[in-house]
Amino acid sequence: MIATKRRRFDGGVHPPERKSLSAERPLEAFPVPPVLAVPLLQHIGAPARPVVEKGARILKGQVIGEPGGFVSTAVHAPVSGSVKAIEDRPSFAGRPIAHVVIENDGQEAWADGCGAARDPDAMPREALLEAIRAAGIVGMGGAAFPTHVKLSPPPGKTIDAAILNGVECEPYLTCDDRLMRERPDAIAAGFRIIMKILGVSRGFAGIEENKPEAFRAMRDALASVPGVEVVSLPVRYPQGAEKQLIKAILGREVPTGGLPMDVGVVVQNVGTASAIAEACMRGIPLIERSVTVTGEGVGRPGNFLVRIGTPIRSLAEACGLRPGAERVILGGPMMGLAQVDLDIPVTKGTSGILLLGAGRSYAIGPCIRCGGCVRGCPARIMPSDLSVAVERGAKDLYEGLDAMDCIECGVCTYVCPARRPIVHWIRLAKAHVAAQRAKSKG
Amino acid sequence: MAETETEAPERTLLVGSSPHIRAPEDVPRIMWTVAAALAPAGLVAAYAFGYRALLVVLVSTAFAVGTEWLIQRLRRVPITIGDGSAAVAGILVAYCLPPTVPLYVAALGSIFAIAIAKHTFGGLGMNIWNPALAARAFLLASFSTAIVMPKWAILQSKPFIGSILDSFVEGGGGAAPFDAITRATPLELLKAAPETFASQYGILDLVLGVIPGSLGETSALALLAGGAYLIARGIIDWRMPASFIATVAVLVAILPHPLGEGAGAGHSGWFAGLPIVPAHLFSGGLFLGAFFMATDMVTSPITGRGQIIFGAGCGVLTAVIRLLGGFPEGVCYSILIMNTLVPAIDGWTRPRKFGAGARRSA
Repeated sequence: MIATKRRRFDGGVHPPERKSLSAERPLEAFPVPPVLAVPLLQHIGAPARPVVEKGARILKGQVIGEPGGFVSTAVHAPVSGSVKAIEDRPSFAGRPIAHVVIENDGQEAWADGCGAARDPDAMPREALLEAIRAAGIVGMGGAAFPTHVKLSPPPGKTIDAAILNGVECEPYLTCDDRLMRERPDAIAAGFRIIMKILGVSRGFAGIEENKPEAFRAMRDALASVPGVEVVSLPVRYPQGAEKQLIKAILGREVPTGGLPMDVGVVVQNVGTASAIAEACMRGIPLIERSVTVTGEGVGRPGNFLVRIGTPIRSLAEACGLRPGAERVILGGPMMGLAQVDLDIPVTKGTSGILLLGAGRSYAIGPCIRCGGCVRGCPARIMPSDLSVAVERGAKDLYEGLDAMDCIECGVCTYVCPARRPIVHWIRLAKAHVAAQRAKSKG
Repeated sequence: MAETETEAPERTLLVGSSPHIRAPEDVPRIMWTVAAALAPAGLVAAYAFGYRALLVVLVSTAFAVGTEWLIQRLRRVPITIGDGSAAVAGILVAYCLPPTVPLYVAALGSIFAIAIAKHTFGGLGMNIWNPALAARAFLLASFSTAIVMPKWAILQSKPFIGSILDSFVEGGGGAAPFDAITRATPLELLKAAPETFASQYGILDLVLGVIPGSLGETSALALLAGGAYLIARGIIDWRMPASFIATVAVLVAILPHPLGEGAGAGHSGWFAGLPIVPAHLFSGGLFLGAFFMATDMVTSPITGRGQIIFGAGCGVLTAVIRLLGGFPEGVCYSILIMNTLVPAIDGWTRPRKFGAGARRSA
């Protein structure tokens, strides 16, 4: 392990961490509910196609949805039981999505082939990649991009480094922290597989300084993987965003509109690495993930291993849901999605269930040009100017003000003393620019 | 989505766009913090000039807030006098007037600052020029300098409490508890009769602020304390006042300075100004301007590099006006001129967006 000089990404903020609410609660297997609803779209890309029918008996780990294209993933049964329904239900994204509703028979009977030990060292890269694809693995940091796609750079792209993302920069969330402390060997094994698939000899693991135990655990676990350096990073949101993490660790800037692979890097979250190890070493598909249930709206915050399809209501209630919990957010408080409904399931991308009180409502004021958003913007655009442009409906200015470069991290809005909903307005600007571009193309 | 269940939802959830948490700093907190940071200079003024200094501050602040209220009522926009921005403008109007100023002049300054300099442009966040400085420029132009503006106070010989008692005994009320005698400010002296400057003002007087001058500008130390507090709180960036003050220091040392106003007095040579640098830094409105006026968020550049350019530009203009121009003081006009350039400076210093110009590897 080499001590590296400290690098930083530009901008960012350090909001109150609030991780102590749940950081010392070990991962606990959450009781599997009697009925689970598994969405067929839990990832970026095309929805999966259902391959089971209503009334069918299914086994744990069995494929219930086939990928609907290359950028798509398979969906598996998280329990054994029977298919109660295949129907559209409300989803975390706000629009209805087809769900496979499964009645749990409590048998936990595995489908054929699941749980069989395999030696990833003996497997060729293609077989590892196929195992990941077959296991339905997506990025588990929140974006839920299909992992096999990310690990298949197009011919001609040279990848020279892999980064293991253990930053967990969102306030409140602690599930990655717990996973690193409790399953460092699985994560390390997964990262080794990632490096093997990419054919890289250099790897980095980025962990923020507020997780010293996770840092030590990962350093020890990764000591056996040659060429890997574990980097302790100063706490700063949004360091866990791919492009910012690459900048902080390698000093490379992903070109505008580009992808990490454009600068020779692939970033994978620690949860994803752990799922990769499960898939490649034991043939277990992604049917369970770690979830932090936290916030002032619950009496007993904690970290849980949760089956995909478990209703978030059962988690919230098990953690002592308080009457004052008026906001339910999937993910962290900076980028998470507020929910209208507790009766939606945990998906592959659910890193946290955050329950907050009503909070304050704010009157939107005029921009006083304090510059806080400009200093804080990790994309180095001028959110203040964009916010004024959107406020005035000056649509022709959106593109020139770099609306499309916004990563929607929310720093500008978090710091804005005039309480302007800047990132929300920029989303409107982005939608407008995207529509214009589509129009001029078509 | 057709819902078949008829039971009422047990829990209504609030839904909003991310982020779901906000930093505690808001506009009122920023403005009232600035007001608090201005307090030390006001206390020094009360000590040095007597209670009337506070009366001027009170009147100008009250008129600024009152004008804001009235204009917002007339414009039918939400009343935001609680946000502190009008109060800060009022305090700053008072701080750049002599303590002997007639109260109606101070009131008029505040009315101008809020009604004309701020609200004709659209109110908070929209104005081009710093309202307090625009008001000062307006008063300088509107009221005969022979009557009002140069009546810089001599130092109050009695302590603060004594001056209040006196005013009751003499039935003075709002009248100035000063002698009719006024004395040249350090900057006037520096320009008109530099040879007598040193005999009248020691460096300690200049730093502490027991000198004639505008009400809130005399104590470099009190202004520095307030400015340091704002820097520590992250409300202003140290680089702007630093570039402003440093530029003045360097140019005063380099540029030829006047050797008095008598016949044939002329100017010194180049690079002869080092001895008068402290006098230029600690007298006049430099510290007030550098820490509290140039840093006005609304009327200064939004980018970090822009703020440095803005500060340096203010410094250049201040030094040039003081040394080569017709006025003894140049802080007010320098900031107003630079205010005008802010949109251009912001345009020149726009940050290079993340990934712009970055190259794709193969």
